[in-house]
Amino acid sequence: MEIVAQNIDEKFSFSPKLKKQVFIIGIVGIILSIIGILVMNFGGHHGHEAGHVAEHAMAEHHGSADWVKRLFANLWINNLFFTGLSIIGVFFFAVQYVANAGWSVILLRVISSFGRFLPIAGVLMLVVFFFASHDLFHWTHDYLYDEAHPEYDPIIAGKAPFLNTPFYLTRMIAFFTVWSIFAFVLRKNALSEDANGGTKYYRRLVRISVGFLIFFGVSSSISAWDWIMSIDTHWFSTMFGWYVFASWFVSGLAGITLLVVLLKDWGYLKPVTENHLHDLGKFVFAFSIFWTYIWFSQFLLIYYANIPEETVYFWERLKSDYYSKFIFVNLFLNFFFPFLGLMTRDAKRKITFLKIVCVVVLIGHWLDFYLMVTPGTLKELGGLGFLEIGLPMVYLSAFAYVVLSGLSKVALIPKNHPMLEESLYHHT
Amino acid sequence: MQIVSQVREPLVTGGKTYKDITEDICKPVEAKPNKSWLVAVTASIITLAAGGYFMGDMLWNGIGKWGLNKTVQWAWDITNFVWWVGIGHAGTLISAVLLLFRQKWRTSINRAAEAMTIFAVICAALWPVVHMGRPWLGAYWALPLPNTFGSLWVNFNSPLLWDVFAISTYFSVSLVFWFIGLIPDFATIRDRAKTKVSRLVYGMLSFGFDGSAKTWMHYESVSLILAGLSTPLVLSVHTIVSFDFATSVIPGWHTTIFPPYFVAGAIFSGFAMVLTLMLITRYVYNLQHYITLEHIELMNIIITVTGSIVGIAYITEFFIAWYSGVPYEQYAFINRMTGPYWWAYWSMMTCNVISPQLFYIKKIRTNIMMTFILSVIVNIGMWFERFVIIVTSLHRDYLPSSWVYFSPTIHDIMCYVFSFGLFFTLFFMFAKFFPVINMAEVKAVLKDSDSKVYKGRVTIPNNVVPDEDKVLT
Repeated sequence: MEIVAQNIDEKFSFSPKLKKQVFIIGIVGIILSIIGILVMNFGGHHGHEAGHVAEHAMAEHHGSADWVKRLFANLWINNLFFTGLSIIGVFFFAVQYVANAGWSVILLRVISSFGRFLPIAGVLMLVVFFFASHDLFHWTHDYLYDEAHPEYDPIIAGKAPFLNTPFYLTRMIAFFTVWSIFAFVLRKNALSEDANGGTKYYRRLVRISVGFLIFFGVSSSISAWDWIMSIDTHWFSTMFGWYVFASWFVSGLAGITLLVVLLKDWGYLKPVTENHLHDLGKFVFAFSIFWTYIWFSQFLLIYYANIPEETVYFWERLKSDYYSKFIFVNLFLNFFFPFLGLMTRDAKRKITFLKIVCVVVLIGHWLDFYLMVTPGTLKELGGLGFLEIGLPMVYLSAFAYVVLSGLSKVALIPKNHPMLEESLYHHT
Repeated sequence: MQIVSQVREPLVTGGKTYKDITEDICKPVEAKPNKSWLVAVTASIITLAAGGYFMGDMLWNGIGKWGLNKTVQWAWDITNFVWWVGIGHAGTLISAVLLLFRQKWRTSINRAAEAMTIFAVICAALWPVVHMGRPWLGAYWALPLPNTFGSLWVNFNSPLLWDVFAISTYFSVSLVFWFIGLIPDFATIRDRAKTKVSRLVYGMLSFGFDGSAKTWMHYESVSLILAGLSTPLVLSVHTIVSFDFATSVIPGWHTTIFPPYFVAGAIFSGFAMVLTLMLITRYVYNLQHYITLEHIELMNIIITVTGSIVGIAYITEFFIAWYSGVPYEQYAFINRMTGPYWWAYWSMMTCNVISPQLFYIKKIRTNIMMTFILSVIVNIGMWFERFVIIVTSLHRDYLPSSWVYFSPTIHDIMCYVFSFGLFFTLFFMFAKFFPVINMAEVKAVLKDSDSKVYKGRVTIPNNVVPDEDKVLT
């Protein structure tokens, strides 16, 4: 392979045309969401919602109307999903430094741009929790802890030192603050490297990345317990933290790959070749299998031991007329599809294949979060309608706007990274 | 074209040439056994024989020679089994997973690590076999073979049977992988051989390897295929070992995090054992320029990462036991910490979680003595981890009248010693008759990463380092 002069002074411009497309996604999303809400309010009951009225009486003391609950649950699903995409941008960026990875240097800006959504994700999380805590989290009801109350729940009361609103909010705020600070400091040092050169910033970034990974190792598990596992308040599984991480990680990788491929389509990232795409494809392939491994291990152990307080989680899903099919859809989209789709070397090196598989994986993992949140919050009233299509589009539009406008403010290729050459002449 | 960045440390130091590599690695194989080797091998064989006496006594008289009782039916035997299997993870991880991740530093350590893997798996397989009581029958009862005992089949629902499949598959693939890697090096030794016997033996071992371009192509594609096959296998082995415990309903055993946490723990202990052995080999055979501080540091980093993952898993288990509100779970974990086996629990915590954190300090992870000490400590800790999981969960039965304390007998201890004797005898044999470093693969990375000195190490004075690579402290 000969050395060719490569233009590394690329800058992404967030053109008005592209902005318009991003806004259109958001507006269509809002319209669909509104239609969804209207449909829920005025007739349009789907088949599985036949038991609605009977269930309604039971759910009465929880206050909010069904459509409100469903809106809250959907907001929460999208918060979780897009927080995941965002934090994985920071995580994967840090991993590149700690692992001394050279191949990915020209992708680092794309990877780190995902982290820009973190502060917004944090605010959204807080706001939704503020309004929706009682509808989403059974444990937030005070009467559960009151021994005099007929609905006193000794098991939940036992969890009070951990599951109480002040401590919960402290954790949430602390995680988002520290994550966002790390994302900011990592980005700032990377940009100083652009301006000043030398290996000083590189070595400093390695050290900061180590700090981030240590914090993330602990906080990612705790946030999974907090934000998802505590929905099914009685239920517990030690694997759950890593299960959520696996889901986040593979969605983040698919998101990063998709953005790289789109940027290439739009004429940017010229030095990115099939070889870089191949490696990204390998990551999506490998971590789809990793997710399946974690999913299956958790399922098998609970299924095999057959202890009622654990099987309840899968009972709610597999024995439900409505949710059971999603278990299989989930496994198909997140395992079989990427496994077969990205099996061959050629598939990982072709833009079309990567686009299709990454979109499927992203939808699949959105559904994975849907399946984690909905049965516990909405019971049998969950649905997949206009709202579930519209709201992710609104989030996607906001996410894309933040990420792309962030990306347009920096050089697309870190020209002073000490391993840049390795990346420019990378081939597998 | 392959470009190697200036910030990377060289993988081979001392300005070695291709010829130097051949000379340095082949010399110990071709030379007469030296004194230190003879002493080491004799000591291993004495250990093997001493342990073998007790092992034989146990097989003759029965499992009752061990300290097992009706509550603690599994103790040192299964602890040793899981411990050895865990150690047997590093070799394939280094050669397969690191190959897939293009970590070139693996080339100097993969050979010995794979050998260690194979010997460790042999030591592990020993335990289920001798635990059968009558291994001459059990060896085929464990397999789903058609037999004359009516419809007596193995229990396909049991993870113990899955283990038989997982470990035997893993062993076969690792052995093939290791041997394929050895072929070019055997050919080198064959070509240099001065006696008829060694020419014949190494000639047979090298399978007529002729070093042509076509042969190398075959060699490389086979390596890649085997790496792809071994990667899921290496993960499956300890996953299934963890199922042995986690599928049960014993508090302290049944927890869903076990599969990935066992795999991380296995890598952790495996790398520690690789370091223990490599530091000695490096010293005895003067391989300082091939197994450099860079290699040692990178292995220490893997130990820190996997040790921290294991630490997070401990904390998760502990927290969820409390969070679950299940009294049995809560008791199992409190009892681990404060019950009669508190000393085992705290040994495990100190050795596995606290000690590897010292490697965050660069001075410690680039210090050879500290690395050696910590690598031994990690393996002590990992033995205690399995002991804690197995014995402390069993010794408090659901019926308090069955509560007991397990104490090992001399047979427990000496049977464990036997497996050490076996392991070290095999390893020293390997170290004498086989090339301990993969010459062909080290030669492949020599051009990109050869240097006389380190570049940016704090372990060498900053004044010999070029300005742009100086490490800021």
